[in-house]
Amino acid sequence: MEENLLLDAIERYRNGEMSDEEKASFEELRKNNPDIDQIAVDHNFFLEGLERMSDLRYLKHNLNNVESKLINEGVISHKGDRAKAKIIYLWNRYRRTITVAAAIAGVVSLSTASLISKYSENKKVGVITPLVDNKLNQFEYKLNQIEHKLNDATALASARPKFEANFRATGFLVDGNGYIITNAHVVQNAKNLIVENKKGDQFYASPVYSNITNDLAILKITDSLFKKVNELPYTFTKSSAELAEPIFTLGYPREEVVYGEGYLSAKSGYYGDTTSYQISISVNPGNSGGPVIDKDGEIIGIISSKETNADGVVFAIKSKNIYNALKEIKKDNAINIKLPTRNSLKDLSRVKQIKKLEDFIYKVKGN
Amino acid sequence: MKTYDQEEALLKGLAANDSNSIETIYRENYLAIQTFIVKNSGHPDDARDIFQEAMIVLFEKAKSSSFTLSCQLQTYLYSICRRLWLKKLQRQNRFNPAIETDQVIVAVDDEIDSHEKMSSDLVLMENAMMKLGEPCKSLLEAFYIEKRSMPEIAAHFGYTNADNAKTQKYKCLMRLKKIFFAHYKNTD
Repeated sequence: MEENLLLDAIERYRNGEMSDEEKASFEELRKNNPDIDQIAVDHNFFLEGLERMSDLRYLKHNLNNVESKLINEGVISHKGDRAKAKIIYLWNRYRRTITVAAAIAGVVSLSTASLISKYSENKKVGVITPLVDNKLNQFEYKLNQIEHKLNDATALASARPKFEANFRATGFLVDGNGYIITNAHVVQNAKNLIVENKKGDQFYASPVYSNITNDLAILKITDSLFKKVNELPYTFTKSSAELAEPIFTLGYPREEVVYGEGYLSAKSGYYGDTTSYQISISVNPGNSGGPVIDKDGEIIGIISSKETNADGVVFAIKSKNIYNALKEIKKDNAINIKLPTRNSLKDLSRVKQIKKLEDFIYKVKGN
Repeated sequence: MKTYDQEEALLKGLAANDSNSIETIYRENYLAIQTFIVKNSGHPDDARDIFQEAMIVLFEKAKSSSFTLSCQLQTYLYSICRRLWLKKLQRQNRFNPAIETDQVIVAVDDEIDSHEKMSSDLVLMENAMMKLGEPCKSLLEAFYIEKRSMPEIAAHFGYTNADNAKTQKYKCLMRLKKIFFAHYKNTD
């Protein structure tokens, strides 16, 4: 018997399409012929697999139909936003608000020395305490302010806005004309925004673009005291980064700029989100909006969030999205933002790369 | 509370993929499962996945002729969901030993084991289908998955008659079997 006829017979027998007579002779054939019996056993097993596939497809279809019906009827609901439930954004909300600059200027001129010694003491106490609390941040912050003041007599005092910041995150220049990129969740509900560079110079900024879907925001420094930067040292890649690629970041989880390094762990983000990467790096609240940079100084992404329940699972928005955002801005606001085209970080040691980079990484603060 | 007979009838309906039975089971059990999962560090979306997987386990059991329900359907489903959720938590490495259980449970380890075996076989079959490529994949799916008749398939795929379509189906089937068993034997 040819095998196709045999398989056909097996299937007809299985589906009950045989007459009693045919059935009996087929059973007889199997009984007397071990080879045919083996073929029948294999084929039946295989058909079972196909049948299960068919059954489950219908079942899943049915289950989904029933689910949507019940959701429509309001019998069941999937309350809660998945993204909010499990990931946290990496920006720092001060529990207590801190007073930004301005007022300090006057205090400094009165009793600079005593203030510095006072805060330094406090800082020492802080160093041996492993707890990072917001109080420490405040002291550190104020100390920095005072130091800047002393170092730089011509500090941009007038540029320092008078308002209380209640969060801090990171951002960086995408265009020397004062365009800074950060996360949309950082600026989303902010009434006032300032950006602050490494030296402590603060500038007013306002968002020209904020899109919660891709979680990107672009701020324009509106302060007249901001000096245009002619050339940014880094570039933005459009192509996809590779798994295991070493990466690093600079950001402001503290008042001082913090360096961190890690690697690319997956090409998609939370729940398979293809617009972001999963990276493994140590980050903390305040790192949101920081650049993810590869060894050649190309920016591959922007840090946005980390998974609450897992260690070292951080998500970064792919830099390709920046290009799309710029296109939207050009279309909607007629603002032409030009990303840097020349990379001057390649083949430098990491220390030198950071030296060149850090001036363009900003704190983003607001209330 | 449902009587034993009513529950038997529901299971028969489920085994036959009857949407009314599925709806009844869904309606009467889903919320309890969602409450349980959400209480134990899950999200409603997890609850949906776990519940639907439990329905598949139940379906597989209901299909087997030897299965009789030895406890209430609700208890049974709850036990399966609890076990599936524990497993998922373990896989995610955040096993919470103090998982809350506010209901009677029954042992369902055998069910879960055989379900896992079946699922992995199913994955092999689906992968084999994927590797098969077109038009074989569509042809076999039309016949074995969608259960359409040979003349219908012949017309749809443009064969001049059902016999030609059948010959083609046979060739495709042999290729699929070859791919499937090659992987199946490797994994065992």
